Amino acid sequence: MTSLSRDDVAKLAGLARIEMSDEELVALSNEFTVILDAVARVQEVAGADVAATSHPLPLRNVFRPDVVIPSLSPADALSGAPAQEEQRFRVPQILGEE
Amino acid sequence: MIRNSASEMASKLASGEITSVALTQAHLDQISAVDKDVHAFLYVDTEGALALAAAVDAKRKSGEKLSPLAGVPLALKDVMTQKGIPTTCGSKILEGWRPPYDSTVVTNLKKNDIIILGKTNMDEFAMGSSTENSAYGPTHNPWDLTRIPGGSGGGSAASLAAFEAPLAIGTDTGGSIRQPAAVTGTVGVKPTYGGVSRYGLVAFSSSLDQAGPCARNVLDAALLHEAIAGHDPKDSTSINAPVPAVVAAAKSGNVKGMKIGVVKELNGDGYQKGVRTRFEESLELLAAAGAEIVEVSAPNFEYALAAYYLIAPSECSSNLARFDAMRYGLRVGDNDGASAESVMNLTREVGFGREVKRRIILGTYALSSGYYDAYYGSAQKVRTLITQDFNKAFEKADVLVSPTCPTTAFKIGEKANDPLAMYLNDIATIPVNMAGIGGMSLPSGVAEEDGLPVGFQIMSPVMKDDRMYSVGAALEAALLSKWGAPLLSTIPALAGSK
Amino acid sequence: MSLTYDDVVAKYEPVLGLEVHVELNTKSKMFCGCSTIFGAEPNTQTCPVCLALPGALPTVNEKAIESTIKIGLALNCSIAPFSRFARKNYFYPDMPKNFQISQYDEPICVNGYVDVEIETDEGPKVFRIEVERVHMEEDTGKSLHVGGATGRIHGAEYSLLDYNRAGIPLVEIVTKIVPGTGKYAPEVAKAYVAELRDILRSLGVSDVKMEQGSLRCDANVSLRLIGSDVLGTRSETKNVNSLRSVERAIRGEMIRHAQRLNNGERVVQETRHFQEDTGLTRSGRSKEQAEDYRYFPEPDLVPVAPDAAWIEQLRATLPERPSIHRKRLQEQWAVPDKEMSAMINADVLDVVEATVALGADPAKARSWWLGEISRIANEKDVAVKDLPIAATDVAEIVALVNAGDLTDKLARQVVEGVIAGEGKPAAVIAARGIKVVNDDSALMAAIERACAGQPETAQKVRDGHLPAAGALIGMVMKDTKGQADAAKVRALLLAHLGQSEG
Repeated sequence: MTSLSRDDVAKLAGLARIEMSDEELVALSNEFTVILDAVARVQEVAGADVAATSHPLPLRNVFRPDVVIPSLSPADALSGAPAQEEQRFRVPQILGEE
Repeated sequence: MIRNSASEMASKLASGEITSVALTQAHLDQISAVDKDVHAFLYVDTEGALALAAAVDAKRKSGEKLSPLAGVPLALKDVMTQKGIPTTCGSKILEGWRPPYDSTVVTNLKKNDIIILGKTNMDEFAMGSSTENSAYGPTHNPWDLTRIPGGSGGGSAASLAAFEAPLAIGTDTGGSIRQPAAVTGTVGVKPTYGGVSRYGLVAFSSSLDQAGPCARNVLDAALLHEAIAGHDPKDSTSINAPVPAVVAAAKSGNVKGMKIGVVKELNGDGYQKGVRTRFEESLELLAAAGAEIVEVSAPNFEYALAAYYLIAPSECSSNLARFDAMRYGLRVGDNDGASAESVMNLTREVGFGREVKRRIILGTYALSSGYYDAYYGSAQKVRTLITQDFNKAFEKADVLVSPTCPTTAFKIGEKANDPLAMYLNDIATIPVNMAGIGGMSLPSGVAEEDGLPVGFQIMSPVMKDDRMYSVGAALEAALLSKWGAPLLSTIPALAGSK
Repeated sequence: MSLTYDDVVAKYEPVLGLEVHVELNTKSKMFCGCSTIFGAEPNTQTCPVCLALPGALPTVNEKAIESTIKIGLALNCSIAPFSRFARKNYFYPDMPKNFQISQYDEPICVNGYVDVEIETDEGPKVFRIEVERVHMEEDTGKSLHVGGATGRIHGAEYSLLDYNRAGIPLVEIVTKIVPGTGKYAPEVAKAYVAELRDILRSLGVSDVKMEQGSLRCDANVSLRLIGSDVLGTRSETKNVNSLRSVERAIRGEMIRHAQRLNNGERVVQETRHFQEDTGLTRSGRSKEQAEDYRYFPEPDLVPVAPDAAWIEQLRATLPERPSIHRKRLQEQWAVPDKEMSAMINADVLDVVEATVALGADPAKARSWWLGEISRIANEKDVAVKDLPIAATDVAEIVALVNAGDLTDKLARQVVEGVIAGEGKPAAVIAARGIKVVNDDSALMAAIERACAGQPETAQKVRDGHLPAAGALIGMVMKDTKGQADAAKVRALLLAHLGQSEG
C-alpha cells in the first residue's frame, strides 16, 4: 500500500506553492492513501514493452513562420495586474537567487 | 419561443418572423426568472448580447448573407476567454479577471454572429462531475433542483434544460460535456481532440481538454459544431483537415448497414438498472433502424480511470502554476515585507478550492523525481493500451456505444466528501478522452426508478465525428416517434419559467 | 596562507563543464509572434502567450528550429530524428507560466564537438571539447529591484517585472565533462566560448553580444587529485558575461576549491555568481537539495521530427568554420599573425572581407577599418560595427582614391561625413564640395605608380631614351581605365622624368 505522510504532503505543497494548515495536510495525507491505491493500478499493465502516449494525435513538426505580429498594448498587458508601476508588474520582493 | 430548438429559431430569424433582439431578450427574461434557482450563469452580458443581436438584425435587414445560426443566443462555459468579459473558471483565484483577448471558439462564434448571453457555472477549473466545486456555489439540475446537473459543465447543460439558452459551449476533459448532458436530458458532443481549437480555453489537462457543442437536439449540436470547429494556427495540436460533415450526417440520420459496437466493459455491474434498461431499448431501436449491433471488448478500459487521475492532475499541476498572484487575478498577503514566495503560497491556498488543491498535489507527486515512471509514465502506457483497444474495436464496428454514466443525477452534497465515488461518474466517458476520439451523449429517456434522464453515449474514431451524428440523429428520431415529443417537454416546470 | 595557481595545478586536475545560453536573433519570440527587438519600452512586446494569460497556447517558431539545427550541425552534432519539448516546472516571478518550455531527455542535437587551439608551453595545441547536447528553450522576463541599495535583489522592497524578454528563443549548448586540460583549463574554456561565439556569428543565428546577455556562460568546475578518476564536487558559476570573465571565473574557482580541499573542507555543490569587479564568485542558492523540476513532455506542442532532406538542406547553408576561414583569409591576404589578431580583436574581419570582395585592395581595406574607422569608434566608444558605415562605402572610397579622385586626406573627410550620417560617399563629396583641386593630380599619381612599377624603364626615359616612355604611358592609360588624355599623359610623364619632346 502506497501512502504519503503529512510531511510528504507538506513537501509537495511546498513544491506546488500552496500554503496548507496542519489540518489540511493531515486530511490530504489520509485521502491520498486511498487515492494512490486506486491510481497505482496503472502499474499492473504498464509493461516495459508498452510505448508511452503523451499526446492523443500523431502530429509532428507544427511550426509557425518567424513573423512579428502585433503585441498587446501595454495597458491590455497590464490590465489584470494586481499592482503596477512604471508600466511594469509590481510584485513583492523576490527572495532567492539573483 | 425559448422552447424551440436552435434550428427552429434560426429559420424563424431567417424568415423574419422574429428578431434576434426579441429572441435574445426572451432568453434574458428566462434567465432573470429562473436562474436564481438554477444558478447556471456566473455572468450575464445583457448589454453586449442585446447590442450584438441588434447588429445582427441590422445585417439581416440589409440583406447580408448570414451564417445558419446567426442571431441565435448561446451560453458560454466560463472556462473560455471572451475579451472584456469576466472569466473565472469557477475559481476565486480569477475573480474579477477580464481577459484582453478572445478564445478562438469565441472568435468563431462572433464570426457566425451567434449571440453570447453570458458565462456559465462550472466546477473550479473543470475539475469535478457535479459543479459543486464551483467557488461561486453549485448549479442545480432543472429536472430536480436538489440534484446535481453534472460537471464540470453543469452550468452549460442546465442552461439548456432550463430554456435559458438553446445552445451552449462546453469543454470535456474526462466527460465534462457528456456527463452533464446525460443527467440533464440534453445533447453534448466532445469532438475529436484537435477538432476545435483550445486557444483561449483555460487549460485543465492539455492533452485531454476539448471544447464542444451542447444543445437540445443532435442537429443543433451539429450546427454549432461546424461553427466552432476547424484548424487554428494558434493551437499546435489543432488538426489541419476539413471539419467532418457533421451537419449533413445529423440531417440524414442514416444507420442502415452501420455496425454499432457495444463495449462489454462499459455496462453491467455498477450501472443503475434504469440506465441499463434505457440503453438496451436504444440498441433495439437502432437495430430496427437498420444498424447491426455487435459486441466488442476493451479489456484495458478498466485502467482508464486510474490513468486519468494521474495524467489530468499531472498536467493540471503544471497548467495551474501560472496562477501565482503576480500578473493577474487574486493576490493575498501582500503586506509590508512579504516575499513574492509567501504571497504565492497564501494566494494559492485561499484562491484554490479543495478539489483543485487535491489534484495539484497529486499531480506534483506523480511527476516528481523517483515517482514519475511508476505513476505518470505508467499512466501514459495505459493510454497507449486504451488507444489500441479502441483501434481493435473500430475494426469490428463503425461506432461504439455505452451508457454515458453509470447513474442518473445524484443529490447535491451526496458525494462531496468521497472523491473516489465522485470520480467513478466518469468511468464510461474517460476512455474517449484518453484516445482523443469523438464522443456524444444524447438522452435515451428517463430511468423508471427515479424519473431522471439517462444518457446514451456514441463514440466515433478520430475525425469521423460525422458517424456519431448519424447514429445520434437516427436514435433521436426513433425515440421521438416513440415518445411523440422531445424528452425535455416532460421536464417539470421551474417556478417563474416563461 | 594564500595558494598560487601553480600550487593548485601541481596537485589537482580541474574538470570543467560549460553551459552556454545563446539568444537567437529571430524576429519573433520562440512561442509567439511578439517582437524580439532589444531595448523596447517595458511590456510593449508581450501578448497572452508570453504573459501566460489563462488559455493561451505556444506555437513553435520554425526559424528557431532551423537555427538550432544549424548550430548542432556546426558543432558536429547528430540531429535527433525525433525530439520533444518538455516543461521544466519551478516557480519564479520572472517566468510567467511558472514552467519553462525546454527540452529534457529528447534534445534536438546530441554528441558533437568543438576543437579549440591554444598556445601551450609546447606550442599550439588542439583541445577537443565534446558537446553533449544542444537544446531549445525560452528566456525569462527581467526584474528591476526597487528599494535596495544597489538595485540588487537583497534588501529590495519590491520588484518590477518587464516581460519583453520572456519567450525569446534560447539555445543551450552543454559540454560533456572536460578533463585533461590541466593548467590550461581557464584558457581552454575561454577559447571554447570564443570559438562558439565565432561559429554562432558566422551562422548568423545570434547577435552573440555577451554584454547584452545574448551569449551567457555558466561554468562548472571541480577538482580532483592528479591521477584520480573520481570526480570532485562541482560548483556552477553563473553570470559569466565576457570572455575574460570566463577565464577569471574558472581560475578563481580552481583556487577556491583547492583552498577548501587543502584545508580538509568540503566543496559545496552550489550555484555561485561571478562578480565582475572582484573577479571572485559569491555563493548563490545551494543545490544540495536539488530542485525537483518535474519534467514532462509539453502537451501543448507536438514533437519535432526533422527529416533528412531538411537537415541536408540546412547543412548546405553552413558557412566555412570561422577558424578555417580565418586561416584561408590570412593566406590570401598575406597578413602577419599580429595584424590578423588585431582585426579579430577589433571585430572587423568580416567587414574587411566584405570590402575586399567589393574590389578594394586587402591592405587598403584593412588600413581603413583598423585605422581611421576604429579610431572614430574608439572616440565615440561604440563598436566599429555599430558605426553607420558599410563595406560598400569603404570600397567606394578606396576606388575613388585609386582613381585619383580623392587624396587620402580628402578620403578621411568623406569617411567622417558618412559616419556623421551625411549620406553615402557620393552625397558627402557633393554636399561638402570635396574634390581634387588639381585635375592633374590623379594622372600624376598614376604616373608615379607606373614609374615605381617599372623603375628600369623610367630610368631609360630619364637617360633620354624617349621611346621607352610608350610602355609607361600604356600603364598609366590602363591604370586610369583609358579615361586620360594620352598626349597630356605623355607631357606630364616626360616632365616628371626631366625630359621634354625633342
